[in-house]
Amino acid sequence: MIHLLTSNWSAFISGFGWTLLSSVLALFFSLIIGSLFAILEVVPNKALRIIGNVYVEIFRNIPLLVITMFFYLVIPLYIVKINGFAAGTVGLTIYTSAFIAETVRAGINSVDPGQMEAARSQGMTFWQAMRHIVLPQAFKYVLPPLGNQFVNLVKNSSVLAFVAGFDLMYQGNAIASQTFDTVNTYVIVGIFYLIITLPISYYMQHLEKKLA
Amino acid sequence: MQNWINAYSWINIRFLLQGLWITILISVISVILSFVIGSVLGIIRYAKVPYFSKIVGFIIDVIRNLPLLLIIFFVYFGLPAFGFKPDTIPAAILAMTVFESMMIAEIIRSGINAVDVGQMEASRAMGMKLPQAMWHIVLPQAYKKMIPALVSQFISLIKDTSLATIIVVPELMQHGQVVYGQDPNYIIPVFVMMAIMYFVVCYALSLLSRFIDHRMA
Repeated sequence: MIHLLTSNWSAFISGFGWTLLSSVLALFFSLIIGSLFAILEVVPNKALRIIGNVYVEIFRNIPLLVITMFFYLVIPLYIVKINGFAAGTVGLTIYTSAFIAETVRAGINSVDPGQMEAARSQGMTFWQAMRHIVLPQAFKYVLPPLGNQFVNLVKNSSVLAFVAGFDLMYQGNAIASQTFDTVNTYVIVGIFYLIITLPISYYMQHLEKKLA
Repeated sequence: MQNWINAYSWINIRFLLQGLWITILISVISVILSFVIGSVLGIIRYAKVPYFSKIVGFIIDVIRNLPLLLIIFFVYFGLPAFGFKPDTIPAAILAMTVFESMMIAEIIRSGINAVDVGQMEASRAMGMKLPQAMWHIVLPQAYKKMIPALVSQFISLIKDTSLATIIVVPELMQHGQVVYGQDPNYIIPVFVMMAIMYFVVCYALSLLSRFIDHRMA
């Protein structure tokens, strides 16, 4: 196993890097998009609420692979040439943003409505109150579930292997099919994933206990 | 131009529905198996048997934090090295069951934790043995609390069966690829149809879970 690791070190590391990059990019953009749709779900305007709901329900109930493959196959057909990494990251972002929207919405709902009312009665507009009063309090509640979403995101980034995204899973498959040493290769790939996911997951359990 | 009319011919739709059937079949078998295994593992982890529970807990955490895709690959391409070569559908069911059992074990453990300790203490004080108290008093209350989490886990299981297309399991995603493989003009219609099929199944389940939750609350 050591030999397999050292002789394919650069492939493993580059795969690890692409996986990490894709996860971080997807997390960043899905946090923005997800928070936006979460706010849409709680605004007073009914039409906007419906738009937010529809977006979340659609992308939560369709497999990530379907979304990713759609972007990989359809975007190049009509709009712009796009590589597997970009298509995969876009798919991940959209899929994850629906889950983050749900998480953030639950966080917003767990903030006492009195906070919003008090802020509004002080003369703040809805958006000001949201941005300065409600969201900062909501993020404290949603930090552990958001961390778990990030763990899911890292695990889900393995779909990049379907679209030649050069991620860890893709490199692992390439190495496994060159060396025929499938067991050891997949164990190493697993360890690389655990390096990212296990510490975050334990830290989030710790945070949950502390907040509870 | 995308050819919607030909893409939605009955032969294609029927083929996709056959794929959906396999998807549902794999999901249902895996969820039943992993519910049983997950319950046992969750109780072991909850019971805090010295050393044993810690080891089981660590294995649960490790497998939970791996991508399902990796487990599918390991089962299908790795296990033959140990002399066990499953067919595609059993391999998919095995991989799903291993992964989902760990997810469900965590749900079960936190469900049991959510039941007031007084319930267990009271039944022990009434002279029940630990397994009796667990089976008759604690678990029924715990399962009731877990229904939303269990259903959403089941939904994500259904969605995750699409990953099994990589080992050519004839499920919905795989059948979709076969259909749009015939003609590039089928790509968008087929994706829309696949999305609708997955959506209908998953959304119906989530509505059902909300309904049950509402009735019980």
